[in-house]
This record gives sequence, structure tokens and C-alpha cells, in this order.
Amino acid sequence: MALKTELFVINLGPLHPSTHGVFRMLATMDGEVIVELEPVFGYLHRGIEKLAENRTYKQNIPFTDRMDYIASMSNELSYVMAVEKLAGIQVPERAEYLRVIMAELQRIASHLIAVGSLANDLGAFQTPFLYMFRERERILDLFDMVCGQRLLYNYMRFGGVSHDIPDEFLPALKKLLKHFPGFIAEYDQLLADNEILLARTKGIGVLPKKLAISSSASGPVLRASGVKWDIRKADPYSVYDRFDFDIPTGSAGDCYDRYRVRIAEMYQSIRILNQAIEQLPSGNVLNKVPLRFRPPVGEAFAHIEAPKGELGFYIVSDGSEKPYRFHVRSSILINLTALRDMIIGWKLADAIVTFGSIDICLGEVDR
Amino acid sequence: MEVGKGHVYSGAELDIHEGKMIEELKERSRDIIPDPDSWLTDELRQNILLTTVDAALNWARRTAIWPVISFPACCAFEFMGAAASRFDISRFGMEIVRASPRQADLMITAGTLTWKMAPQIKRLYDQMAEPKWVIAMGACGISGGVFKGSYSVVPGYNHIVPVDVYVPGCPPRPEALLYGIQMLREKIKRRKSFVEEKK
Amino acid sequence: MTLALAGSEAAARLDKSLAAGIAGLNPDSLLVKSEFLFDIAAFLKDEPGLNFNYLVHITAIDYCDYFELVYHLVSLKHNHSLVIKTRCTDRKTPTIPSVVSLWRGAELQEREIFDLMGINFEGHPNMKRIFLWEGFQGHPLRKDFTDGS
Ligand code: SF4
Repeated sequence: MALKTELFVINLGPLHPSTHGVFRMLATMDGEVIVELEPVFGYLHRGIEKLAENRTYKQNIPFTDRMDYIASMSNELSYVMAVEKLAGIQVPERAEYLRVIMAELQRIASHLIAVGSLANDLGAFQTPFLYMFRERERILDLFDMVCGQRLLYNYMRFGGVSHDIPDEFLPALKKLLKHFPGFIAEYDQLLADNEILLARTKGIGVLPKKLAISSSASGPVLRASGVKWDIRKADPYSVYDRFDFDIPTGSAGDCYDRYRVRIAEMYQSIRILNQAIEQLPSGNVLNKVPLRFRPPVGEAFAHIEAPKGELGFYIVSDGSEKPYRFHVRSSILINLTALRDMIIGWKLADAIVTFGSIDICLGEVDR
Repeated sequence: MEVGKGHVYSGAELDIHEGKMIEELKERSRDIIPDPDSWLTDELRQNILLTTVDAALNWARRTAIWPVISFPACCAFEFMGAAASRFDISRFGMEIVRASPRQADLMITAGTLTWKMAPQIKRLYDQMAEPKWVIAMGACGISGGVFKGSYSVVPGYNHIVPVDVYVPGCPPRPEALLYGIQMLREKIKRRKSFVEEKK
Repeated sequence: MTLALAGSEAAARLDKSLAAGIAGLNPDSLLVKSEFLFDIAAFLKDEPGLNFNYLVHITAIDYCDYFELVYHLVSLKHNHSLVIKTRCTDRKTPTIPSVVSLWRGAELQEREIFDLMGINFEGHPNMKRIFLWEGFQGHPLRKDFTDGS
């Protein structure tokens, strides 16, 4: 006798320990298998794009901090680059190097959270997360040193950075960089060959290369699917063309590859940081920009390789003090396009892992 | 009274009075006073502490406040920072962050509240068992912060749930959050369970 | 360095039948008529020399007289980029053909534009609000939007 079965719907979120914020998924299940998935967005939609139209260009820098709040420095960098492109502002060399240093430190901090919370989602409750937070605190200390904030920095300015680094910054950074490869190796040793991690991530949540490209995925998600595309190399901005580094890629496009790519990227960031410290020129860090700053009429798009993917700002100016249109190319929202395809056909527990491996931050998804 | 002239008592009177007292007490004290706790069994004897009901309840409540997961935005990371190894919130018995509101006493509203999210937060609060407290963390939790005036942001959690302690900052540093938690503990300490509080 | 193609460079490579869809050439972009948008986009994607296989982002701008949609394309193969724009003058029921069948990455972005700007994308598989709730009055990113409260 055939058993009669029925589809049923499971609601995950919006406040769920594994949704990394306020995200909701409606999973239609056939027994244990997900047959349909509908992501629901908007629980953190704060209307940044609209609010930004009523603030001056400079007042908008703190808004960009609050989008991807795990990687504020990268958001600022992208925004100030877009405005500098719009108004043709030059940036002193030292400031460019400082920006690169901050952006790379931020990448490490963000990847630490990504790896830690992936392990958390796998059931290694808290322990890896606490390790990652321990190391992240050291990076936050450095940021605290340069701008007095731990999370949302408001450090970059049009034409440079707000102030020069204090004397104790470089020795502290050098000390950190000396120890950091050891830390990463330690995590990798604990996680990479871990039976549970392998069983739960290898071959799970596969994003094929073709779909990755057509769904405009970016960052580690795209690279884990085997596409060698990194804005830092493909369209170098700031002073990235002066550094020697590799682009780690995966091949299978599964959760494990995304994890490996992130670990490998941390090593590359350390390489870049070491070179940047060596080449760091002296000089001024902020070019004068008029107080009542009005860029010429026009539009500009600038993008960077943020920790989570390609983050871009599209600014339209009508010649006034406020942007006419402030659009964000959100890397994470677009990375989530293929979520449905990655999850359908897998079990509910795999859905959590796949979702965690994309590394999301709702502030930028919903804006 | 002039010195050396006319005593109130005769010389022996006081001594006799004292002697009587001593005799009386001696008479009364023939038997051993029993230990008031003698009815307690040995096992119980080492485990009893006397206090008021309020003090006992409040002590229990304030030393293990379990927060519920309600971390919509950026402030959540400073909460996690406070919960992680460096600031170590478990010193206050708070490291167990519950996913189920029925097991939690405290809601730390770490982040911007949008109207789309508000019904969920209200429901979460309603599901928490009494007594329950709310800490509004961050400028957004207090008034909407930088997003005040947006079409989709609730201007402060106190439009949705009653708030006990406000922690300002954007985001507040973990130290500030810990200070807010101390203030909440102070508040709980003074709570009276059985007396109608004066309005 | 990603090479940004000028509007005229891309226009020169278009088929004759599609050339009628060009509404204007800017040094940094190609302005097309909205009826031709899908065909031109499909051509740009598949033409071997152009091969724009990656849609960076879509956005819409409200210029009060018309809406302008901006599509930013990149070819991962040739490492060059192109901006195409199209306009829509109807304010009541603005409609633009959807490009989801060409680039899946447009799916959530078109929903976002529908939600915040009120532009309908014809052919989108799931055209509904993404960030705001059902019943929200108006589209906030329009310049004439006023908050009810
Ligand atoms: S108060 Fe500041 S840090 Fe906290 S949620 Fe609001 S914007 Fe984010």
C-alpha cells in the first residue's frame, strides 16, 4: 500500500538563530526534502537610499557604515570612491595606502565572522565563534586606535581619510600580522579536516559556474564556483595594482569550497598588508575639499571587491549639495538570487549551512 | 545633690537587689536552653538561610537574566562582542541566549526596528514569561537614531514594548551595555513583589 | 582594467534591425528605446565579440518627466563593460520588459525597483513587493512620494 504523503510548509525566521539577522525563508517540504523555497526580505529595510537623498554627501558616509555593518570600512571606501570619481577629487598617496590597509583588515575581520558563524550553523555551537571573536577583537582594537570606534568607523573622507594613523598603530599592526598566519592555521587545523565539517559541506549547496555568472554572484561565492574574477585584479582601484597577490578559487562551488576560499583569502590579505606597510609613503592624508561640497552634474559608478562581493555605488548628482539618486549595488542581495536553486532538493539542515556559507549581512540586503 | 551627704539607697540596698537578680536568674537557668533549630534534621541544618521573600526572589532574578534573541541590526555585533570572550557576559550569568522567548527574561533590542518587523517583536515580547525586562540598546532602539524620519522605521522600541533601561550610543560599546545591565540589576534589586508600589 | 565601451562603439556593432532601437549615444552609455531593450540586451549578451554575460546591476532614477533605467553590463571573458539606459515616460503604469530570462541576477533587483520605484517589469516570474509590506501606499524612491504620517 502506498503511503499517502502531503507537502507542508516550514517557516524559518525572521528571528532565527541561524538566519544571521532578520531574514525569513518559507520552505515547502516533502518529508525531509525541500521542494520549494521562498526567501522573504525587508525586515531591516530602513530606507537608506531615500534618506540619503535628503542628506549632504558628507553626511551620507555614516549611512554607508550601517549597511554591511561587519565591513564598514569597505562600504565607506566604495562610496567615497564613487563621489571622488564624480567630482574628480585626487587622493594623496599615503591615504590610498591607508585605505588599502583598512579595507584588507576589514576583509579579514569579516571572513573571521563568516567562517565562525558557518561553524556555528554546523552545530559547533559557540566554540569556533568565540575563537573568531577573540581574533576579531585585535583588529577592532586597531580600528579603535585610528578612529575611536569599534564597529562603524566613519573614517574615510572625500580626498583621503579623516586623520593620520597614530604612532602606535604600525607596530601593533606588524605584531598582529606576525601572529595572524598562526591563528588561521590553527582554525584550519581544527576545521578543515574535521569529519563533521566535511560531511556537512562537501557537495552541499552547489552553485554551478554557469548559474553563478548568470545570477551575478560575486566575491567568494563566485570564486568558489571556479570563476577567477576579482575586482582588485580585473578593474584595479586605489593602489591595488602595486601589490602582488593571488586570487584563490574553488572548483566545485559547494559550501566547502566557499569556506576554503575565505580561509585562503585571509592569507592573501596578510600578504597585501605586509607589502602595504613596507611601501607606505609619508605625507599628507587629506586633500582639501570645500566645506559646502557640490559635485558637478553627472553620474558615477564605483565598485570595489568588498569581503562579501562586488559592492558598488551609483551616484547621480544634480549639482546641489545632496545626491539626486543614491543607489547601492548590494553584493549580498544579488548573491542571494541563486539561493533557491542551491537549496531545493536538499534537507532542511543543509539549507541552513548553504545559507550560512553565502555569508550575509541583512543591513546591506535590505538597506 | 551634695557630695557625701544623704544617699538615695542605703549602702546595702543595691547589693541586695543585685543579689536577688542573680539568685533569680540562677533559679531560672537550671535547665539547658534548647537549640532553636533542634527540630531541624542534620541535613537541613546546614542549608537554611533566613531573608525576606523579596530579597530572595530579586536575587534569583537578577543573577541569571537570560536574554532572548532579538538582534535585528548592527548593535547585535556589539552585543555579540559583549557576549564573547573578551567582555564575557557570562560573568553575570547571562551567556545563555535563548532562541525561545518562553525561556527568557530579558529582551535586548539590539538594532533598528522596522514596521515590517514590529509585529514579530511584539509577539516575542508577549510570549516571554513574567517578570520580563527590556533594554533598548543603541540610538535606533531609543528613538530611531540616524534613521528617524524614514518611512519604514519605528521611532523607538517604546512604541511597541515597554522599555526599562536605555543604553545610548551608535553602537554602544560593550562596556556601555554592561553598565546598562548593571542598572537593570539595580532596578530588579529594588523591586517589591507584594506591596503595591506608590504611584 | 575593465575597458568601458563608449555608446557609439557598441552601437556600431549592433545589427541593422536593432539599430532602429537606438535613441541616443552618450560617451559613457547607450540609450535605447524600451521596446527594443530586450532584443538589444539579448544581442549584446550573445554576440561573440561583445559577450556581456554578467549583469552588474540595474537601477532606476526618477527624473520627474521620465524614469531612466540603467543597466550595467560586464563581460567576464573580454573584461569590458557597457552601460545601457532606457526611458519610460508613463508615470501611472510604467512598464519595461524584464531581462530575467537573460540574466538571472536581475530577478531581485527588478523586484526592488518595482517595490521602491513602481516600475512594472513585463515577463518577470514573480513581480511583487520585496522590501515593503503589501498594502504600503506609494513607492518611496519616487520624487513625489510623501510619507502618510
Ligand atoms: S543604533 Fe547605530 S549601531 Fe545600533 S542598530 Fe542603530 S544604526 Fe546600528
